[in-house]
Amino acid sequence: MITAERKPLAEIKESIASYKKLLILGCGSCVAECASGGEKETALLASQLRIDAKKEGRTLETKEMTLDRQCVYEFIDQLAGVIGEYDAVLSLGCGAGVQAVAEVFPRAHIVPALNTTFIGQTKQAGLWLENCRGCGDCKLDFFADVCPVTRCSKGLFNGPCGGSKNEKCEVDPDTPCAWQLIVTRLEERGKLDSLEKVHPPARWSKKEGKGPRKIAREDQRT
Amino acid sequence: MNLESRLKMVLSAGHFAVTAECGPPKGADPDLIRKKGNLLKGFVDSVNVTDNQTGVVRLCSLAACALLREEGLDPVLQMVTRDRNRIALQSDVLGAAALGIRNILCLSGDHQSFGNQTDAKGVFDLDSIQLVQVVREMRDSWRLLGGEELSQGPDLFIGAAANPFADPFFYRVLRLRKKVSAGAEFIQTQCIYNLPKFKEWMGQVRDRGLDQKAYILGGVTPLKSARMAEYMAQNVAGMDIPDEVINRMKSTPPKQQRAEGLKIGVETIQALRQIEGVRGVHIMAIEWEEVVPELVKEAGLWPRPEI
Repeated sequence: MITAERKPLAEIKESIASYKKLLILGCGSCVAECASGGEKETALLASQLRIDAKKEGRTLETKEMTLDRQCVYEFIDQLAGVIGEYDAVLSLGCGAGVQAVAEVFPRAHIVPALNTTFIGQTKQAGLWLENCRGCGDCKLDFFADVCPVTRCSKGLFNGPCGGSKNEKCEVDPDTPCAWQLIVTRLEERGKLDSLEKVHPPARWSKKEGKGPRKIAREDQRT
Repeated sequence: MNLESRLKMVLSAGHFAVTAECGPPKGADPDLIRKKGNLLKGFVDSVNVTDNQTGVVRLCSLAACALLREEGLDPVLQMVTRDRNRIALQSDVLGAAALGIRNILCLSGDHQSFGNQTDAKGVFDLDSIQLVQVVREMRDSWRLLGGEELSQGPDLFIGAAANPFADPFFYRVLRLRKKVSAGAEFIQTQCIYNLPKFKEWMGQVRDRGLDQKAYILGGVTPLKSARMAEYMAQNVAGMDIPDEVINRMKSTPPKQQRAEGLKIGVETIQALRQIEGVRGVHIMAIEWEEVVPELVKEAGLWPRPEI
């Protein structure tokens, strides 16, 4: 999933300071799973902003809505006829959601309430870990299902570096050394010899390409 | 320019080589580099210039190496992959060779989060082993990554680093083998304080014949104080300083700790000279370059051989 964290209240307040009527828009997908922008978090933020406005003697009218997906037009369309009633939209979607809504409603001001962070997994309740950088050239099979691009702090394809100690990364003692994991898993599978060859430089063109990437599939077009 | 790597000549002639590290200043003053270089002149075969070590911005390694070359020293250009992509790396390799630099040490570099530019984007387009391979191709085949031809290849003696004290231990020597097969001709190790562990690693190196394929230079960092020993042991990843070394420094009165650190350094060099397959030492006297001449003399490695 795409993970995100809510921006600090002070930053959100500053960006919506000139608005009196706000549509607060959650998203029921990834950001709901990582408890930053789902229905519950949307309601919480709306009430925080209302209480805060009341305390400061301002008027703030809010409406809460949560779309199944803020990044897909068929769900964004639910905002037609609603969005025009508000000064601005405070979006608890990821960066893709904010931009998709803004594209559908070019005259509306969509204010992001989240900092989109990474593609990751839910490790346990309240803990999410980054494990994919979307490099466009997946080599997980080669690295025993541990991504060196993402999980090695230096993104080494021929690790581990000299900073691997007691199975931890020198950059952050809470982070396991990805290369320790790779070596251990390959050893357990009896495939350590697969690392003998120097892994060639990555094809970052799959990630950087010619600017923003797109996926175009004729078979999906109607 | 018909220059040769003194380091390569000393090693290939069978001498026990001595290199020392020289950290460039955090400023644009060329005289500081020249001064540090001249301090080492005659006591070492080559001077190894760090590349924004620990992610702290300093005068660039390439410029410092060129200045040292002007002073008649044989510089080793450290090049990290943290700050430059493959375009800049290859370009700097060509520039270095054109300026008469004849040695390169390929490293990934300390992570940017340790330095004074913690918001920097870490590049790591290539890793150190890939850089070794790229430089070898440039030199031997006159080809860039991707195959395009060069009008002239860079004449460089190629080095890489090895840390015998990092984990996973059993894999360390396999990684060294990868570096050597990628093209590393000389290897500088992490600072050695734990001699038994280093000897164990060297045994693995010899078992695989790697000491015959690359020149191994043992890393030596003289301890300035007990505090430095404790700090390094606790805060520098991949650093293995056994308790007995720390206790030896701690039980020495503060005013004599520098002398004791120097003594440990001398003993380490002497021990390294006895280990089969160790072909030289690399002295990393961190912000203590002035101790190098004494250390080299005390260890019986002065005068340096005429080449």
